[in-house]
Amino acid sequence: MRIVVCVKQVPETTESAKINPETGTLMREGVASITNPFDMYALEEALRIKEKQEGDHEVVALSMGPPQAQEMLKEALALGCDRAVLLSDRAFAGADTLATAYTLARAIETLGGCDLVLCGKQAVDGDTAQVGPGVAEELDIPHATYVRKIASLSPQAIEVERLVEGGIEQVEMTMPALLTVVKEINEPRLPSLRGIMKAKRMEVTVWDAAELAVDAERVGLAGSPTEVVKVFTPQLEKDTQILEGSPDEQAKQLIHGLRQAGLM
Amino acid sequence: MDFALSQEHQLIVRTVREFAEREIIPYAAGWDEQEFIPASVFTSMGELGLFGLPFPEEYGGVDADSLAYALAVEEVSRGSGSLGLSYAAHVSLGTSPFYRFGSEEQKRRWLIPCAQGDMLSAFALTEPNAGSDAGATETTAVLEDDRWVINGSKCFITNGSLADVVILTAVTERGKGHRGISNLIVPTDSEGFRVGSSYHKLGLKGSDTVELFFDDCSVPQENVLGTPGQGFGQFLEILDGGRIGIAAMAVGIAQASLEASLTYARQRVQFGKPIGRFQAIQFKLADMAMEIEMARHATWRAAWLKDQGKPFTKEAAMAKLFASEVSVRAALEAVQIHGGYGYTEEFPVGRYLRDAKLTTIGEGTSEILRLVIARRLQEM
Ligand SMILES: Cc1cc2nc3c(=O)[nH]c(=O)nc-3n(C[C@H](O)[C@H](O)[C@H](O)COP(=O)(O)OP(=O)(O)OC[C@H]3O[C@@H](n4cnc5c(N)ncnc54)[C@H](O)[C@@H]3O)c2cc1C
Repeated sequence: MRIVVCVKQVPETTESAKINPETGTLMREGVASITNPFDMYALEEALRIKEKQEGDHEVVALSMGPPQAQEMLKEALALGCDRAVLLSDRAFAGADTLATAYTLARAIETLGGCDLVLCGKQAVDGDTAQVGPGVAEELDIPHATYVRKIASLSPQAIEVERLVEGGIEQVEMTMPALLTVVKEINEPRLPSLRGIMKAKRMEVTVWDAAELAVDAERVGLAGSPTEVVKVFTPQLEKDTQILEGSPDEQAKQLIHGLRQAGLM
Repeated sequence: MDFALSQEHQLIVRTVREFAEREIIPYAAGWDEQEFIPASVFTSMGELGLFGLPFPEEYGGVDADSLAYALAVEEVSRGSGSLGLSYAAHVSLGTSPFYRFGSEEQKRRWLIPCAQGDMLSAFALTEPNAGSDAGATETTAVLEDDRWVINGSKCFITNGSLADVVILTAVTERGKGHRGISNLIVPTDSEGFRVGSSYHKLGLKGSDTVELFFDDCSVPQENVLGTPGQGFGQFLEILDGGRIGIAAMAVGIAQASLEASLTYARQRVQFGKPIGRFQAIQFKLADMAMEIEMARHATWRAAWLKDQGKPFTKEAAMAKLFASEVSVRAALEAVQIHGGYGYTEEFPVGRYLRDAKLTTIGEGTSEILRLVIARRLQEM
């Protein structure tokens, strides 16, 4: 079985993401880059399948990004991935989720297809959660989002549990399929030090637009209908009202106030 | 010149730091209090590959280098000085002699399991009457038939009661002075090997430190490390490497002192503002940070020289001497910054101070290291 894990390099935004007030874009200077945290769960799940399921399995880490993203892919190799592929080309720059999904899907086809695609539930920089399902649509395969457990897996079918509002949904799909996973699915491992040294000797494959035979109109800025109009930090306003009177009166005032605010 | 760590080195730092956050830091105060570190900690360190960092893959290692090892010792010691010492003693003192001097057979038998973390090792040099003057060893080993019969005692041996194998210095030929000293490999299940009492130490309480006794303890003739009579030169070289480890350990504890101080200086309010706003506190923090940076670079440079196969005796001595004194100063200032709370066990800085102090004593006291440096200067 071949498992492709889509990973993205994102700025490490542990404390506070800073947005440039003039351009409305994320300030990346001096911010370390990391693997999107949710993708670590996807990588872990892929490696667990490889280790636990019978048969020969290959785990491929796939990313689209600037050449520096090779560093992140080395980490994926250190964790135990068999191969890493980076899609890097000026033509890919400025891609929105549609163009990204298209490009990733073409890369999976260029690999010769796969049995399972795993993604994190979303990237912490854009937070759209669209690329995973977008890749599935491009590949014309079924998908399940917010997966918290793979209940069973065979070359023909997969059964998963989805974390949905108010409960768990069980879904069965035919293979090949795509999953986006939530952090409840596992606890990601650390790379072993031996793995780090082994990854040093492994190469990250880099593919450009020509290699993927993509439609130039569908990648990068050209293939991106989304336009970011403005990015801003929302102003949180606080208006405190202290209610007075007996508990009964206070309760009445509260209900009245909530009704007026349209919250009840 | 390139001061940047390679990508692997950076990744090793990040990985060991994350390991320390998960598996060391939450437990470090408890290990100190109970004067014990559970064996499971060593098991998970072995699984991560920490014990094999400076050794090649064919001998169970990870195929990194001394620099990677120094980085790892710093991160482990930032979490727990006790574990840092036990770790450094196992790798630099107990395991690297097999790699450096062992026969092929000895490497296969001992280096591989030690590098993989399947065996713990100790290095027994110090004796009641041979401390700084380590060449004054009184322990003897006499060849009878085809076995070495060992008599004597060792003191202050790190990992001594936990080890599977001990490398021991002994006089194998009387009257030949330093040329009569050999290193012997003693499995701890040998008859006549006995672990004495452990010490109630000032710090590094989680690290195992014991006396060892040898009463007609016998090991096969082939258990001499490398060539007989070479023990003195061998242990000097082992100590050179070990000093890089202790320097890194000192830097790790100092770093922990600085980080704790930064946090506290931000939180503690007196006279209406966080104490970190007072210049007197800022200057302490600046001095700590500066000295730690210098100590770290000295340590990295000594490790780099070793990795390049260049002489590093003087640089390792300088790094260890400087880093250990920086570590004690940083921990002292950390206690000062914490005021009365720093003098309690509620905060970790008291432990850092107790732990840091050993680094100016073990593997060559500050005084002995000044002698080592001066001797090298005069040789030139
Ligand atoms: C926690 C801990 C762990 C240890 N682990 C190990 C281990 O794993 N293996 C091992 O073999 N040993 C170990 N040791 C022993 C350690 O290496 C010795 O304690 C150290 O080398 C000093 O020897 P000493 O204690 O006998 O002090 P001494 O040599 O008696 O020194 C006393 C004082 O005299 C000074 N002094 C001595 N000679 C001179 C001189 N010529 N000029 C100027 N000053 C001098 C010293 O600097 C020191 O200040 C450990 C010690 C401790 C505390």
